[in-house]
Amino acid sequence: MLEFDLSPANDTRSGFGAGLHELGQKNPKVVALCADLIGSLKMDAFKKDFPERFFQVGIAEANMMGVAAGMTIGGYIPFTGTFANFSTGRVYDQIRQSIAYSDKNVKICASHAGLTLGEDGATHQILEDIGMMSMLPGMTVINPCDYNQTKAATLAIADHHGPVYLRFGRPKVTNFTAVDQNFEIGKAWHIHEGNDVTIIATGHLVWEAVEAARELEAEGISVDLINIHTIKPLDEEAIVRSAMKTGKVITCEEHMINGGLGGLVAQVLAKRAPSLMEFIGVNDSFGESGTPDQLMEKYGLKSKNIIAAAKRLMEN
Amino acid sequence: MVSNQELSRIASQVRRDIVRMVHAVNSGHPGGSLGCTDFLVSLYFRQMTINPTSWNMNGQGEDLFFLSNGHISPVFYSVLARSGYFDVAELATFRKINTRLQGHPTTHDSLPGVRIASGSLGQGMSVAAGAAQSKKLNNDPKLVFTLHGDGELQEGQIWEAAMYCAHHKIDNIISTVDVNGQQIDGPTEAVMSLGNLRAKFEAFGWKVLETNGHDLEQLNATIDEAKSLTGNGYPIMILMTTSMGKGVDFMEGTHKWHGVAPNDEQLANALGQLEETLGDY
Repeated sequence: MLEFDLSPANDTRSGFGAGLHELGQKNPKVVALCADLIGSLKMDAFKKDFPERFFQVGIAEANMMGVAAGMTIGGYIPFTGTFANFSTGRVYDQIRQSIAYSDKNVKICASHAGLTLGEDGATHQILEDIGMMSMLPGMTVINPCDYNQTKAATLAIADHHGPVYLRFGRPKVTNFTAVDQNFEIGKAWHIHEGNDVTIIATGHLVWEAVEAARELEAEGISVDLINIHTIKPLDEEAIVRSAMKTGKVITCEEHMINGGLGGLVAQVLAKRAPSLMEFIGVNDSFGESGTPDQLMEKYGLKSKNIIAAAKRLMEN
Repeated sequence: MVSNQELSRIASQVRRDIVRMVHAVNSGHPGGSLGCTDFLVSLYFRQMTINPTSWNMNGQGEDLFFLSNGHISPVFYSVLARSGYFDVAELATFRKINTRLQGHPTTHDSLPGVRIASGSLGQGMSVAAGAAQSKKLNNDPKLVFTLHGDGELQEGQIWEAAMYCAHHKIDNIISTVDVNGQQIDGPTEAVMSLGNLRAKFEAFGWKVLETNGHDLEQLNATIDEAKSLTGNGYPIMILMTTSMGKGVDFMEGTHKWHGVAPNDEQLANALGQLEETLGDY
């Protein structure tokens, strides 16, 4: 129960890098663009083996989004790489007009999302990106939880026609999902069946949720644990089915609650299965400098916070 | 080859279309549209290799055009319709509910001839650069053309794209700036002066040509020269001097008709100055 075949811990961005490199071999239409962050985005292998399909754009993210949109004309599938902040907030209008509104098949790949970027602090720790990207009509938004899932997601989005926002992070994290898994966009992963409380988690918070579920189960609280890796389109059926069963739902994300997974799940449940809810996420605040672990602790994004939220719900 | 006289006749009809379109919905941008009519007519009726009747997004084997200053959609739509991308009757739907001819161009409704949405300024050169690199990857020898407003050059992304094109030796792109010296709040010199555009683009690594945008002979000779200079490792810029509102005397040379439609009386006056050569839509 809640046991996994662990792969070595690794960063989700390396999962992206590995997936991109594999795509380079598999799909001659895949091209990559990077805004002066090749090492950080783990794009070195693609650049080395497919130099004619790799484009350095320098520190000019707005231009990168436009160039990527243009490369789709002629049939290419561009993957852009930079930090999540510079992949979204800095270039929102370029994505909105040249990519989303123009229906361009661009894959916006964003690393160093959220607090776990760490010491660089709030200027780089974007916590609003899921909200911004989810609001764009036609945009698919994916936030995988570990190396293996990120690699699988990277491979999957190349076969999906349409703009995609793929969000991943910097630190090495537990790598517990299956090697060479089949990643189905928009399909939740039901990690564990339970009856008392539903925990819905995305990104780095999924492993925290697993640890929380283990402890809650040990204490006799039965947990229905769901991984939402695709935030848009949201797997409403999986969420509603679980909420109908438990009536108590906790969402967990390394992102602003407002506009993130929490807000989106609440919207679905308010309409289809009103439930008691708790929200694990950042509440209307910027981040700050610190180690990833210190930040997750300070902003209440650890398994113990999920456990406490579950117990609050059980008291109702 | 389509003669200058024929281009001139087409341009007259396109100008009629423009003023009629904006008059019909009492909105739209006639000034810049009239100023760029001779250029767009030259591109679509003489200079570019296009395939209007079997339109597809990828445009392999065709020259591509990207309108970056999307607010001059009336001239773009008229030229697209008149060159066969869609029925000229559809021009009557401009800016009306459920139209494919949105206020600013969009790919959203699959209007043939439009490959990117534009309206929010400064984005078209980046898109064109990507499309030009896509052509190179596909070993497609055709060219990519763009049009920008001079006021639009105040957007920083233009200069990111200019740097990118030179660095990556994108030599299958011919960009054009409509230098009419006007923008919404007044003359560009007063609003935000652009300085020496030739020197700026040359400093960014572009080959720069200059032309009058209404003298069809000179304009087409310049585009011919630009085409002859492609494939040499640098991008090409045409600085095209135009008169905003060209062809309608009371609209000419002023920013006041940037985004204002003529009333009934002004429409009649304008149409009186523009010969109906191909039949109104």
